Amino acid sequence: MRKLHTILALVLVFSMVVSFAGCKNTTGGSKGTTSKEPVELTLWVFNELHLKMYEFGEKAYNEKHSDAPIKVNMEVYPNADMHNKLLIAYQSGTGAPDIADLNLNFFTNFVSGGDWLAPLNDVVEKAFSNWNFEKSRFELYKIGDNYYGLPTHVGATVVYYNMEIIEKAGLTIEDINKIETWDQYCEIGKTVLEKTGIPMTCFETQNQRPFWPLIVQHGGDYLTKESEVILDSDSNIEVLEYMKKMWDDGIAIAAGGGSTAAEEFFTFMDSGSVASLIMPAWYMSRFLSYMPNLKGKIAIRPMPVFKAGEPRTVGIGGTATAVSKSSKYLDIAKEFLYESKLTYDAAVNIWESLAFDPVNLDAWKDEKLLKPSEYFYNESFFEIMAPYMSGAVSPANAKLSADAQDVVMNSVMPDVFISGSKTPREALVSAANELRAKQ
Amino acid sequence: MQKSGIIRIKSIFYNKNIAPYIFCLPFVISFFLFFFYPICTSIYMSFMKVITLDNMEFVGLKNYSRLYNEHFLNAIKLSTIYTLSMVILMMVFPVTIAGLLNSKSLRFRNFFRSAIFVPTLTSVIVAGIAFRMIFADIESGFINSIIISLGGKAVPFKQYYWTGILIMVVLAFWRDLGINMVYCLSAMQTIPEELYESARIDGANDISIFRHITIPSIKPILIYILTLTIINGYRMFTEGYVYWNEATPGGNGLTIVRYIYQQAFQKNDMGLGSAIGVVLLFIILTINLIQLKSFGLFRKGDD
Repeated sequence: MRKLHTILALVLVFSMVVSFAGCKNTTGGSKGTTSKEPVELTLWVFNELHLKMYEFGEKAYNEKHSDAPIKVNMEVYPNADMHNKLLIAYQSGTGAPDIADLNLNFFTNFVSGGDWLAPLNDVVEKAFSNWNFEKSRFELYKIGDNYYGLPTHVGATVVYYNMEIIEKAGLTIEDINKIETWDQYCEIGKTVLEKTGIPMTCFETQNQRPFWPLIVQHGGDYLTKESEVILDSDSNIEVLEYMKKMWDDGIAIAAGGGSTAAEEFFTFMDSGSVASLIMPAWYMSRFLSYMPNLKGKIAIRPMPVFKAGEPRTVGIGGTATAVSKSSKYLDIAKEFLYESKLTYDAAVNIWESLAFDPVNLDAWKDEKLLKPSEYFYNESFFEIMAPYMSGAVSPANAKLSADAQDVVMNSVMPDVFISGSKTPREALVSAANELRAKQ
Repeated sequence: MQKSGIIRIKSIFYNKNIAPYIFCLPFVISFFLFFFYPICTSIYMSFMKVITLDNMEFVGLKNYSRLYNEHFLNAIKLSTIYTLSMVILMMVFPVTIAGLLNSKSLRFRNFFRSAIFVPTLTSVIVAGIAFRMIFADIESGFINSIIISLGGKAVPFKQYYWTGILIMVVLAFWRDLGINMVYCLSAMQTIPEELYESARIDGANDISIFRHITIPSIKPILIYILTLTIINGYRMFTEGYVYWNEATPGGNGLTIVRYIYQQAFQKNDMGLGSAIGVVLLFIILTINLIQLKSFGLFRKGDD
């Protein structure tokens, strides 16, 4: 018992020392600055990677406004945590940052509750007059006539083929180039499975991809723009049944960890557990950061289609950067975002430091973006995808959007693929009814 | 002057009528400020549609009627299964291990005591992240690599319902075992040695001594553990949150408190969140009242 007390006392003392040290660190941060006191902006993000975009923006802003510099205090929080914190800050009216990155999954929560976000029309229009943009991404965050968020990327959905596995199955890049329909994709998948024992692809069973891009490609969605629930439409059911068939044939399995964002998934993908992955373009950044073994093996191709005439890519996911209405420096904050996300140089930076596909389409022709990437099969993403961008579509972002995504993640996917308790039709109908009850 | 002031203060502290209230005051203040007031506000808010905290709209019992849905019933089921498993484990293991560690014949007693106690000192979040890695879904996960080396197939622990409950219970069990064992151990050390001696003279063996002397003597502590385990079981949140921090697929990790969190803070529906909270309060209150009454804790002068 005495030994226990000693240990306990030691631990307590240690934790006290640590917490005091922590206090000191945070309070000691603000040092006196030189002659010009910069305007301090606070910025919350949920992904550390995004900081590179804002560091660039801060530098660009300060170069143009050397007489009135800014200093951006960037804070990184985990995804769901940050949004909950922000919601509470807005509701209670204190503690909100000047600028926040809002995940598309949560965006509607921030525009349906109160009048918390500032319209960004002036900077958006300024950008539109200077360059050519993928405007559908701005529409996502437009309510009425106002834009409340600035998009980060197009998020064009593509198929990432692990060429090492494809070649092991006796196929070449020519065979992959020939794929135009999902049926052909499944045929290749069967060959790969037969020859190597490795499934062609994986589905997120605790998230919503590739279900979401596939239904949007096939003309469906969760909701219409007017927030009408169309989750159980015939075309959606058709897609989910198609996916279920791929699952039953063994050419699709569950993504390791259930989600492409899980730590396990990076190992799963990196160790060659599946031959291809259907994900948006921004997933290139995850390949580059977390999957070193796949360097030079990943070939990017547009999505195959269900029937001729459907778009070869779909914009999925997104981060809207919003400015709090309560911010003391609205104009400075907006201008700073313009420099971080919308300008030509910002777009080039977004590709170079984040490996995202920027919304500024003029930058897509920049030589830096057209330079082949060693990681991705020595090809340029932009060269491959540019021809397919004109018909690209994005899902609608309506009032129930966050709820719709939740019900797909929490019920539809696990019920159909994991527990098998519901058929695709049953799962979608019951999910849609749950959503309708919320209207 | 000063001296008489001190004396007056002293006399207040020594006054049998006033002193108890003064000593209780800090607790009473914090209770009213941080428990009673929020509870009242919650009950009030559960009848409201909360748009922002200063903009509410009365909706009557609508929030409560919305509670009758698949997810809430699942959450109650999950919380109940979890609580029951924890109660069974916590009624058996801490007392047994404490009994073993209390016997003088065991070597390295202190080492075992500390080893079992140390997990209690870790934070659930930190331990949870480690457990999430240990129970990783993929083949290279720690537990899965053991299963595979024994000739089995990798189990996606976080995806199935029952393995989902299992990994939460394992985490909670690992963490709570120590503190409950210490409670039992300290209660056992207050049992007079003479009782054991006379039982031995009467020819009782170790097992019957444990059953007929140790267990009845530490009954109050066991009731205490039971009560706390039930309360903690129903208000469990973190154990589920560390495994499923984004979504709750197929209801995995969606306990009653997680449902509050999801509705109130993630979906911005404070009214519904409050209604769940009120229902949770009544569930815990009812179960604990029944349990305490059946153990006779409300009878006076029993000891």
